[in-house]
Amino acid sequence: MNNIFKDVAGGFISLMIGMGITLKEFFRKPVTVHYPRESLKMTPRYRSHIIFTPDEDGASKCIACNMCVNACPSQCIYVEGEKKEGARKKSVTKYELNFTTCSLCGACVEVCPTDAIDFSKRYNLASPDKERFRRMDLCKDLEERNRKK
Amino acid sequence: MMELQPVHATGPQETFVLNLGPQHPATHGVLRIKLTMDGEFIKDAVIVAGYVHREHEKMGENRTWAQFLPNTSRIDYLSAMMYTHAYVGAVERACGIQPPSRAEYIRVITSELNRISSHLVWWGAYLLDLGGMTPLLYAFDDREKILDLLEALTGARLTYCYYRFGGVLEDVDDNFIAGTRAFVKEFRPRLRMFRRLVSENIIFRKRVENIGIIDAEMCRKYGATGPMIRGAGVPYDVRRAEPYSVYPELDFEVATDPAADSMGRYKVRMEEMEQSLRIIEQALDRLPDGPVMAKVPRVIKVPAGEYCYATEAARGRFEVRIVSTGKLIPHRIRLRTPCFGNLSLFEEAARGMMLADGIAMMGSLDLVIPDIDR
Repeated sequence: MNNIFKDVAGGFISLMIGMGITLKEFFRKPVTVHYPRESLKMTPRYRSHIIFTPDEDGASKCIACNMCVNACPSQCIYVEGEKKEGARKKSVTKYELNFTTCSLCGACVEVCPTDAIDFSKRYNLASPDKERFRRMDLCKDLEERNRKK
Repeated sequence: MMELQPVHATGPQETFVLNLGPQHPATHGVLRIKLTMDGEFIKDAVIVAGYVHREHEKMGENRTWAQFLPNTSRIDYLSAMMYTHAYVGAVERACGIQPPSRAEYIRVITSELNRISSHLVWWGAYLLDLGGMTPLLYAFDDREKILDLLEALTGARLTYCYYRFGGVLEDVDDNFIAGTRAFVKEFRPRLRMFRRLVSENIIFRKRVENIGIIDAEMCRKYGATGPMIRGAGVPYDVRRAEPYSVYPELDFEVATDPAADSMGRYKVRMEEMEQSLRIIEQALDRLPDGPVMAKVPRVIKVPAGEYCYATEAARGRFEVRIVSTGKLIPHRIRLRTPCFGNLSLFEEAARGMMLADGIAMMGSLDLVIPDIDR
């Protein structure tokens, strides 16, 4: 009988402490953001899929050396390049990223000798079309960005 | 004429099989446990693991040393830093690379932050298993602050891939240091609040005290490490038993509890968070200047031989054994993960328990299923 009283009293104290903490938390500022209406800005080091960083003329700095292709652990990069007449180095003609298998490790960005690629800050990436991610054309993306400018 | 048998000879002995998982919320992933139940009591438990087996060890055998780095964050996604540390440490030990002291301190700070965030997930999820929803939200509030800090530093929230052979990817900035200091200051009162809210709560204590006794002998038998063995009163911590990185220079205590029950393991983890805060504070105070990367060759070639490196992950001892034949690609990468040992004793420990108590014990093991299957 004594034990029951002890349990009830103990339970009541625990309940009061719990409710006290809940009440205190109730008046705290919210810790979340209302996502579709407001969203957070990504930090400078945020790693989303790679994109080209253009030079002063808006062209790609990629020299199609294939170092990123070899560094990638998931073989998700495909690069084609050609040597244009009069140019000293090769230039890129096709750069495809298979984002469905990319693990965003950053090996390609680290190894790039000309700093031609960098992480984008895009994170609202959803599409009913898988092909959009299976063949992400970085050259086309750069063209589009240049056009928007 | 057939001999008549009394009913009670067959009736009460009847058992039934209950599948706990692979899609049960209490198993935190795709773990399946086949329970033979005698009413409410567990008569026998068979663990069926391997639902998320991804061949991480085999993957290591067909890519270069550096290309395996992203894999290490995906074994135990909640304490990825310590796992990368073990792999990076093994290769550094093999090649004789000495990372600069600033890098070592950064590794310790990020690892301990990661340990706190991992324990916070466990804390919230464990209480969710036991029927308390609110603590999970409080835990995730604080965890979010750690993830924000690590995201600003490494660029990712869980699969960091931040350590490199010979150092870390990028240096910490003032924002990170100030943010970490602020977090340490904020988190201490929060821990006190967690204690008042949960650890002293009578309902919680009745659910976990004297439930799921796992003594030191059983831990030794099954190779259970981390908070499991420390919760059984054995002060075994890789950071002290086989010191690595700059841990010998830092002052912290190995949290133990002699109780060996679910409450003991709970208390050990709570104390560990406190100790991690101490380590972070000291490491921030001592953080030396200098480079964060040692001079390493562009292409890593590990000299032929076998090398081991162990770290204290959030769930126990994580050890990497690498075998090299001197080529560009590893011959073998063996990963000794803590959760596998921690889970394997479930079969013996759960026998004779009530199902609800079995869940209370399983939660205190702090299982991460990809870590078991890897």
